[in-house]
Amino acid sequence: MENFQQSMDAANFHCDVDYKYDAGVGLKHGTIDYISDAKNDADWIRKFRHGALEKFHELSLPEWATNAAVRNLDFSKIRYYLASDQLPKTSWENVPANVRETFERLGVPEKERKFLAGVEAQFDSESAYSRMREELSKLGVIFVNSTEGLNKFPEIFRKYFGTVVPVADNKFSALNGAVFSGGSFIYVPKGVRVKQPLQAYFRINAENFGQFERTLIVVDEGAEVTYLEGCTAPKFETSTLHAAVVEIVVLKNAKIQYITVQNWSNNVFNLVTKRGVAHGGAEIRWIDCNIGSRVTMKYPAIYLRGEGAKGEVLSIAVAADGQMQDTGARVLHLANGTTSNVTAKSISLGGGMASYRGLVHVQKNLKGCKNNTRCDALLVNSTSKTATFPTISATGNGNAVQHEASVSKISEEQIFYMRQRGIPESQATSLVVNGFINDLVREFPMEYSIEMKRLIELQTERTIG
Amino acid sequence: MGVIEIKNLKLSAGGRVILDGFSLEVCPGEVHVLAGKNGAGKSSLAKAMAGCPGYEILGGDITMDGTSIVGRQPDEIARMGIFLAFQNPVAIPGVSVANFIRAALQAKMVKGSPFNAVDFYKNLQAKMEILDIDKNFSARSINDEFSGGEKKRCEILQMLMLEPKYAILDEIDSGLDIDATKIVAVAVNGMRGPNFAAIVVTHHSKLLEYVRPDFVHVIGDGKIVASGGVELMNKLEKVGYGFFGAAGEGE
Repeated sequence: MENFQQSMDAANFHCDVDYKYDAGVGLKHGTIDYISDAKNDADWIRKFRHGALEKFHELSLPEWATNAAVRNLDFSKIRYYLASDQLPKTSWENVPANVRETFERLGVPEKERKFLAGVEAQFDSESAYSRMREELSKLGVIFVNSTEGLNKFPEIFRKYFGTVVPVADNKFSALNGAVFSGGSFIYVPKGVRVKQPLQAYFRINAENFGQFERTLIVVDEGAEVTYLEGCTAPKFETSTLHAAVVEIVVLKNAKIQYITVQNWSNNVFNLVTKRGVAHGGAEIRWIDCNIGSRVTMKYPAIYLRGEGAKGEVLSIAVAADGQMQDTGARVLHLANGTTSNVTAKSISLGGGMASYRGLVHVQKNLKGCKNNTRCDALLVNSTSKTATFPTISATGNGNAVQHEASVSKISEEQIFYMRQRGIPESQATSLVVNGFINDLVREFPMEYSIEMKRLIELQTERTIG
Repeated sequence: MGVIEIKNLKLSAGGRVILDGFSLEVCPGEVHVLAGKNGAGKSSLAKAMAGCPGYEILGGDITMDGTSIVGRQPDEIARMGIFLAFQNPVAIPGVSVANFIRAALQAKMVKGSPFNAVDFYKNLQAKMEILDIDKNFSARSINDEFSGGEKKRCEILQMLMLEPKYAILDEIDSGLDIDATKIVAVAVNGMRGPNFAAIVVTHHSKLLEYVRPDFVHVIGDGKIVASGGVELMNKLEKVGYGFFGAAGEGE
């Protein structure tokens, strides 16, 4: 129990930082010029940002964003850019002590030594540390922050940037376009298989702040990569905003696995657009775990654009008291013989609300497309809430789309059975909860699955105990 | 290890009085059989002893070594040493047999004391062998898509692993073939000794050929109407419950 306490509260701390760059509170064209000046943006990026801001003002919130807290978000009260430095360090020793200590407490350098091929550690708006194993650089693998990607590799960056998630896709993607900073740029050359995962860690330290990282990953033909991201923040009384955009391009016969363990503190609004395009024979796998945040609205998407492309979304969401996890998946079948699987499991604890929102679309006149969607919800308390909003649009012959959903409650019989073996009630409940998601948790790397199980146990035991 | 005493128990569930004036004393080393028609209250007694919510004790007492267990939490009663082998154990999907037993063992330990996983798995495999259970069984979700026989063996496996002072075996033999009944009987007999006692709820005399009880009791009208040795069970099979005035309700 002591260990669980540590692992959850481990993220709830912050340090005082004397930010060299601070765009101030509020979002105006001047804010954007400040960011562009600080980052020394190319003209086309500056224009892109200003255009995005106009889109942001034009667009309304998505019609399903009915949550009052989201509707009442005051974008004029947030700080949009905070940084101490423009360039990340390539050695932890050179990272400022308080920032280094932050990541040490979160276990980032330790995991890097153990099993990672590369790490980007973002602190508020900018990356504080960035390093990749040398042998990967020699193979031509690129793993840098988005600013460096823009400046050093414009020929790849510019070709794909904004092509997967257009600025005007939704209000939050427009917001990201206006003020984006940080995030990863990854390029894996043809045929290169990166065996160990690349990891990004997103840390929010400041209050009244918004983090808007922008990630672009291009996996060239026949290449393979696994990308992991973790996110935490200290808990503040005021709202924190996180609106990232992730774009993935997976070329012919290439593969990516994108794994997220989101454990934001519960004052964070997590409104993220994630989307990948899979070309012929390519594979995209989103593995998404949402434990933290006040409200999460996130539906990792896969556009199966090339023949025989495959997609999979595995989603775990845990909504405790005061939390809303509106998660799911969007899969578009745009070529013959494309297949996809969606497995979503949600757990609602106390008065928490977890909903699955999904879209499966099979374009007209296609053949041999298959989708299998399964979403299961577990309600722990009588006040817990869940909902499912699937949209399926499929035409054409020889396509198979299947959607199954279930809602279960922890039964008194199960709890009594476990208690009869001496197991206290709160622990019995977390055993059922962990059992419910066990098959999905196995898909995460060991270092993460242990941590996730502990976090989920702690959430459960806090609610029940 | 002390005596379990049920004194003049009045038990109700679902607004109905099930037992009234029920008394029984079980001493260390003894095996008692409870027989009686369906609905006579055997399973209700078992659940009430385990502290199951919904079973209300209106009068009398159940004590363990002089300490009342009435009103205690089910997990506390379990940690005091009472084990109930369920007639229909419930499935917990995703929780493996091994992890479940491990959690139960750890729940009995002092917080923070080390758990030897290697010894645990060795012990588990050894106990599974006694019960003629396949090695892969411990990785399966507990009671999930188990056959009737697998459920019963799994209950006995838990008993062997948790080593309770008192076991209440609720129709542990129902749905078992002769071979499986023998295996379960051997396992129960292996537990017998001065630090173990059992209450066996059964309809059949077959199990009793292998687990020789010290006492057989017949429940009727909410109380014990006849007590004796194993010969009582044989008599029951011949003449039926009616002979003992043990008419179960509605049957």
